[in-house]
Amino acid sequence: MKHRTFMWFILPSLAVMFLFIALPIFSVFTQSLFVKHEKVLIEAKVCGPFGCKTEVSIDVDATKKINMEKPLGKFNGFKTYTNRNHLAFDEVSVAWNTSSSISVFFKHLLNLPFYKALLFTITYTFCVTPFVIIMGLFIALGVNSLPQILKGPTIFMSLLPMIVTPLIGALILFWMTDAEGIIGSTLQKIFNDNSLSLKASKPLTWVMLMVYGVWGSVPFSFIVFYAGLQTVPEDTLEAAMIDGANRWQRIWYVVIPYIMPLVVFITLILLMDNFRVFEPIIGFSAQANATSLSWIIYNDLRGGEIQYFSSASATSMLTIIGVGFLLVPILIRTWRDFNSKTV
Amino acid sequence: MNFKAQKRPLSLTLVLVVFVVLWLIIAVFPFLWTFWGSFKVEADFFSKVDWKYSIFGIKTLAETGYSFTGNGYEGAWIEQEFWRSVINTAIVVVSVVVISLTLGTLGGYALARSGYRYAFWLLMLALIFRAMPHITLVSGYLLPFFQWNLWGHLPTTIIVMVAINQPFTLWMLHSFFLNIPKEMDESAMVDGCTRFQAFWHVIIPVMWPGVITTGLFSFLLAYNDFTVTALLLSQENQTMIPKINSFLGSSQVKGNIMFAVAAVVSATLPLFILVMFFQKQIVSGLTAGSVKG
Repeated sequence: MKHRTFMWFILPSLAVMFLFIALPIFSVFTQSLFVKHEKVLIEAKVCGPFGCKTEVSIDVDATKKINMEKPLGKFNGFKTYTNRNHLAFDEVSVAWNTSSSISVFFKHLLNLPFYKALLFTITYTFCVTPFVIIMGLFIALGVNSLPQILKGPTIFMSLLPMIVTPLIGALILFWMTDAEGIIGSTLQKIFNDNSLSLKASKPLTWVMLMVYGVWGSVPFSFIVFYAGLQTVPEDTLEAAMIDGANRWQRIWYVVIPYIMPLVVFITLILLMDNFRVFEPIIGFSAQANATSLSWIIYNDLRGGEIQYFSSASATSMLTIIGVGFLLVPILIRTWRDFNSKTV
Repeated sequence: MNFKAQKRPLSLTLVLVVFVVLWLIIAVFPFLWTFWGSFKVEADFFSKVDWKYSIFGIKTLAETGYSFTGNGYEGAWIEQEFWRSVINTAIVVVSVVVISLTLGTLGGYALARSGYRYAFWLLMLALIFRAMPHITLVSGYLLPFFQWNLWGHLPTTIIVMVAINQPFTLWMLHSFFLNIPKEMDESAMVDGCTRFQAFWHVIIPVMWPGVITTGLFSFLLAYNDFTVTALLLSQENQTMIPKINSFLGSSQVKGNIMFAVAAVVSATLPLFILVMFFQKQIVSGLTAGSVKG
């Protein structure tokens, strides 16, 4: 295709991506370098019957004016990145110097909001992803052995947890695991402990969120694996059988290597999606025990009457850097594949 | 799998069947439970005493005189004006699907037919964009949108969602276009079509399955979105998902859980119907990028 025609075809698509994905990343970076203006204060001497005193008040007009002139705020460099709510250099070095052991240091570290969220996000990503892949593969093997007539309905039912809105899915499970919901109250009866609440304990909240994560993503990996299994060549399986391979050997040495590219593909998608875990925390109202990077950004933007743009932007930049780390191995791999194909 | 030597021993078949059945219960039961419970009162849906209450609706019978009640639905749809959010969602979803497909088919076609190295780089760029958490992009929009008075309107949200959707749409349509033989548009162009005419009159008519599948995924993305709609839309333009979140209440306002339950069921129903009719397309879409590539 000619360069010119190519350009015209791709232009609209490229334009929206540039305007609403590439530029916002720049905008996030710029915003993270600025902080809100301090309010302009005026001192006025007020004299009453009992003498004079100075009163400090906010000059509303002047504050408004300075905000109008420079909506970004005042330049702050990278200080937002290093303050207590983000990388917290000062607090980390104090904790490092005063802690007697590594575990005490980590305890201090995980009291800082950014590191707390980072730990949850990483734990979530790297616990949910392998579970989803393994369960999806087993379900696919199971469904593949069902009689043809049952396959359709099974796939329909399996798709539901994935297709449903993440927030809604989380809410549905949350209501069931609530202390007064069916699963929550049954658990209380089983353990004979009326104060048992999945919401109240930190480890249980984490487990609950991850169970939701697995529940919501398994259908995706199941479907991809299932479709992959349909394309495994019968001839190779037959040849392996003639060579005396038993069932497990056939799965391990024929089926698994054949669907390995799918595992890579699913891992890639799951890592990207799990790293932005956000809706479950809202749905489960779990912010007291578990926060993710996306959630702290949301909280800065929505937290209350004031929006903390610079703080949200700094966390966003750090999140993007995190995504970058996840992407590097994938990009290198694709780059090699591409080069080996063309050369 | 029809030859004899591959027949499974009974024990293995049993294990597999039990496993699949267990998974199906885990997958479907929460939906059935919530659907049933949405016709009860709160004391039944959250009954600490006995789970049978929620099945037989004992408190519901005591409170309303019937075993089933539509109070949750009435409260959500009429009292809280959930229908407004439904209309907003419909506007957003339809526009997002139409616009992303228009831009996506043009771009995906070009990427599939280009053959130059930069097409590969553009696809890689799209992959990187696909990985960006949506909330980080939203934090980039908010301040400029406030400044330029773009915040809170439906068109802004629609175009933002189209953009966020675009990398995925491009990838999927690109892989569908790759399956259509090059010779088709080449012969059309030999016959005197321009590139665009070949695209429009020859390629698009055979591309419908791919377009429909991609459209389904755009639909799901727009329908299921919470991050963008919750932060970019004003109160009166709210779509369904943020509205449901507002039923839950906050520390200042007490929410009404049964309204939320009813709204959740109402919002899930269209998705059920969608899966029922388009199951094949969804499955083929999930595998398009992986198996064929």
